[in-house]
Order: sequence, then structure tokens, then C-alpha cells
Amino acid sequence: MTHSPQPGRVIPDRLTSPASRALKSWEALLAVVAVTIFLLNAWASPYFLDPWNLSDATFNFTEKAMIAFAMALLIVSGEIDLSVGAIVALASTAMGVAMGMGAPTPVLVAVGLATGLACGAFNGVLVARFGLPSIVVTIGTMSLFRGISYIVLGDRAFTGYPAGFAWFGQGYVFWVVTVELVIFALSAIVFAVLLHRTSFGRTVYAIGNNATAARFSGIRVDRVRFILFLLTGLMSGIAAVCLTSRLGSTRPSIAAGFELEVVTIVVLGGVSILGGSGTIPGVVLAAFVLGLVTFGLGLLNVPGIVMSIVVGLLLIGVIAVPRLISKLRT
Amino acid sequence: MSLLKSREVVLGGVIVLLLAAIASRFPGFVAPANLGRVFTDTSPLILLALGQMAVILTKCIDLSVAANLALCGMVAALMDGMGVPMPVILGTVVVMGAGLGAINGALVWGLGIPSIVVTLGTMTIYRGTIFLLTEGAWINAHQMSDAFKAVPRQVILGLPVMAWIAVAAIAGVAVLMTRTALGRAFYAVGGNPHAAVYTGISVGRTQFAAFVLAGALAGLTGYLWVARYAVAYVDIAGGFELDVVAACVIGGIAIAGGAGTVAGAVMGALFLGIIKNALPVVGISPFWQMAISGAAILAAIAFNARRRDPGRIILKRAEVRA
Repeated sequence: MTHSPQPGRVIPDRLTSPASRALKSWEALLAVVAVTIFLLNAWASPYFLDPWNLSDATFNFTEKAMIAFAMALLIVSGEIDLSVGAIVALASTAMGVAMGMGAPTPVLVAVGLATGLACGAFNGVLVARFGLPSIVVTIGTMSLFRGISYIVLGDRAFTGYPAGFAWFGQGYVFWVVTVELVIFALSAIVFAVLLHRTSFGRTVYAIGNNATAARFSGIRVDRVRFILFLLTGLMSGIAAVCLTSRLGSTRPSIAAGFELEVVTIVVLGGVSILGGSGTIPGVVLAAFVLGLVTFGLGLLNVPGIVMSIVVGLLLIGVIAVPRLISKLRT
Repeated sequence: MSLLKSREVVLGGVIVLLLAAIASRFPGFVAPANLGRVFTDTSPLILLALGQMAVILTKCIDLSVAANLALCGMVAALMDGMGVPMPVILGTVVVMGAGLGAINGALVWGLGIPSIVVTLGTMTIYRGTIFLLTEGAWINAHQMSDAFKAVPRQVILGLPVMAWIAVAAIAGVAVLMTRTALGRAFYAVGGNPHAAVYTGISVGRTQFAAFVLAGALAGLTGYLWVARYAVAYVDIAGGFELDVVAACVIGGIAIAGGAGTVAGAVMGALFLGIIKNALPVVGISPFWQMAISGAAILAAIAFNARRRDPGRIILKRAEVRA
């Protein structure tokens, strides 16, 4: 993204110790917020602490968080993908078409993942190969991908997925631990290792801080960007499998507005929207915070649209308050 | 400037070809009365695209315009229900829209938060506020006064007032962009923020002004929308912000800021408006519209990409003059 609201973009220098301490305190702050909201919820509603209720609550964020991990890497590298909700819709539609041809569950999953990868590759080629700005490319593909779903489905819906397919979104591994929660945890670990423990992860930060310098230091910038879009597409495909399995049906409006919530999770998690900084543990915590807020408000019978106000305020507030404080100090 | 001009010529050519292709099968579509209808139908998109253009020129983006429109439209309908006279309603929606835009602008200017984050947030907040005002209730045609509904539909010289307002806004924004210091500042800030600062232009204040302009136009459009369709509820114009950005991108407004013309933005909106109105005529399912507009956006940015370095335009013009 080429958005820089101020002239003379300051390259965030995350290598100095005060900055890394600030980063750590961000996650500490999120953890405090998460615990506070948890306690508030437990105090406000007698139904909150029920293990099965808490297990249900995880569905509020697992699918979006899976995408958010890949999106975090993408945003750290200075790009963005607003088409993730549309990729979920298209992947779900493709699975519906495959189901109509009598495909068994493994094939359905393969079709979903392959569609996600194909969409990611399409975005990746346009951004990395042709050098187009990712924000408009993905606004375009957002219309294109979901538009294809509308062409295929119109006002109809695919229902009647095979019984075995329900396992991904409705199954439990043991006791109250859902399949989706396990996929969420595994992808959190994979992406945390990828970003924080591999040289690939270092190149993602390098590109986000200064793509030109990264190129001159021998990083294949375009290839990394392409891979990141591919990963985002893949995670959207996985989310599509989970969501379709959980709902048991596909409508073209499925996963509408996902992109906003995914970006909110990522930004709330402390990833700079300008690129170059952020961590996966922050994103995990942000997913918990958002999930707890929406679930707690739901238990209190607060309508969904009012929750979205809270999410919007949270998104702006977590960025505005620290800036406001540092502004008042100087 | 010749490159820029050719850009608008190309888009104009595409629109003419599109109309010719439709007319070859359905001559009724290009009848003046029908073209007038298409223009009127596209007026809200044109009004919002003009404001969005100013915002994009300054390297920002405003995703909250559709929510702003819906909120101001709802407030207009509520005020009408309380018997507030029309001039007061019109004044209120414009001021309120500008105020909502000013909130975006203040967060971008004062705190330096990226516009995409600010407007993603305010988009959900503004739309949620409609729910808080109405608890999800609809305001239907029979709850609106006749005067309220009549204004945008009043026909003057063959076109409804709504279309004339769009025409006036096009003219006004064109003058603003090309004949005023603020208009030039929009281009300067987006073209090269550093150079803008050295010439004494406040980048933040210019971005703030762009958000206020976009907000005011969205507020006005909110009233027009609600009065024309004679219904107000939480989800009106849902997702419309993407159509608005699409119109700008198709119209050649560079998303990196600093380049683009009023003619481009208007033609970008008209292109989408013609497609939307032509699909049912040609007999293509309206479900194709979304995919077509997505493909059009991608084609437009691929075309835009061939135009290099939009940041130098003002300097080039200065060089030509020197």
C-alpha cells in the first residue's frame, strides 16, 4: 500500500530496544483487555462460564482469525487483501458445484483449497508481477470473485453437503475442543514460526520497512509478495471449508464483510497498517478480544449491528489513544 | 497533460462503443429520455465519486461515504417525520455529512491514522448509529411528507432536480479543482507531499478539507437517495462505497494520489451506471453486474499502470510554462 498520510514517511525502526519494549507492552495491554473482558462477561452473564458456551464462542473468530494470520504477514509486508471474504464465497461456491457433481468430502475440501489458492495466485500475479497497487486490485477482485458466485448461484443456495463434510465446522476433537479451534491453533503456530523464526519471516519485515532496500539486499521481493497472496488465498480456502461445513449451505452473500473484521483483528493485534511491524501473538490475542466482546454482547442480547459499532470504536480507539497520549506528552 | 487527456478520450470512446453496441440491438436505450433516466439513476454515484476523487487525490480513501449517506438520509427522514421544514432538512444533511467527514478528516489530520483504518471504523460506527436511532425500523413512503419526496423528482427542463444537482456538483467541483487554490492543493498534496509542504501547503489540512467535501456531498446524496426511493432503513446503499471507489479507479483517478480529473470521475460513474441499467435491457441477469464491475476495475487499473509517475504532473506543467 502506498498510503502515507504524512509527508516524509517515518520508517519504523523496530530494532531498538525501546521500540521492542513498546511492542511487548502492546501485547501485554491486549492480554489485560482480554482478561478484563472475560471477567466482565463472567460477571454480566451467568451463562458465560459454561464450557459449551465458551466453545461455541470460539466460532465467532476462528474462521476470521485463520485468514487474519496470513493477512498479518501481508500487511507487515506493506500490502493488503480486501478480497478475502469474496475468496471464501467463491471457494464455497466451487465446493457447492463439486457437491452437485457428487464429489465426496475429500474432493470437496481439495476443491475449496484449490479455489482459494487460485484466487490468491490471481491477486498475487496482478500485484507482484504487474506491480499494481494491492488495495485497488483486491477491491476489483473482491467484486469479481463474489460476482462469479452471484453468476453461478443467483438467488439460490447450495445445501445438502455430505454428512462427513460437517466434521470440519461442527465436529469436536475431544470434549469441548472443536475441529475449528484446533485448525486455528495449528495455523497460529505455523504462522508464528514462519514470521518470527524463519528467514522468510525476516524478509517479510524487510520488505514492509523498505521494499527498495530489501530488493537491493538480494531479497526476491515480488516472489515473497506472490507467496504471501498465495498464503492468504489458501487460508481463505481453509476458512471457506470450515464456514461452509458449519453453516451447511452456500449463498453468494456468505462471508460478507469478512475483510473488514479480518483487517480489524490484524490492526487490533498491533500490526502497523503501513507495514514493517507486528506479531502473530498480538493477532491471536486480538482475535480472542474481538471474539469475547461479540460473544459477551450477544449473551446480553445486544444486536449484531451495535456490536459492529463497538468493533469500529475498538479499531479506531486502540490506534488513536496511544497516538493521542504521545501527542499530549510532547 | 496530453497523456491525461488521452485517458479521458479512451474512456469516452469506450462509453460510446458500449452505448453503440447496446443501441444496435435495443435502439430505445439511447433515446434521450432513457439516457436522461440513466443519468438521473447514476446521479448518487456521480455525487459521491466527486467527493471520493478529492479524497483519493490527497492519497487517502474514504470507505465511510455510503454509511454517511445512509445516516444522513435516515436523519432527514426522521426530521421530516417531526415536521421540520424542507430548507432546514437540506441544510442539516449537508452540515451533518460535512461533520461526519470532518470526524474522518480530524482523525487523519490530527492523529495521523491511515485513512483506510479510520474509515473502516467510522463506516461501521455510522451505520450502527442508524440502528441506534431507529432500532432497525424502516421509514416507508407513507410516513414521508409529499414535499419531502417531491424535491428530487421535480422535473425542470426535462430532467429531475436530482440530475440537476449532479450537474451543478460536477460544475462546482470542476471549478474547485482547476480554478481555486484548494483544488490545486489537492493535487499538490497527492502528487508530492514533501514539495507541498515546502510550498506552504498543509498536507493534513488539505486532506481534512477533502474529507469534509466528500462528507458534505454524501450527506446531500443521503437526502436525495431516501427521498427518491421513498424508503429509509439501516442497510440502504450497503456496499455502495466500493462502487464509488470503482467509479474513481475506472475514471483514472490514481489511487496513489495526485492525478485524475472531474471528467474522468464522472465518466467512470457513468460507465458503471450504463452497465447497471443496460443489463436488464440486454437480457443479462443482474447477477452479472458485480463480476462485470470487478473486471472493469481490474482492466482500468491495468490501463492506469501504464501511465508512469503521476507525482510529477504539476512540475511538468510548470516546466512547460517556464
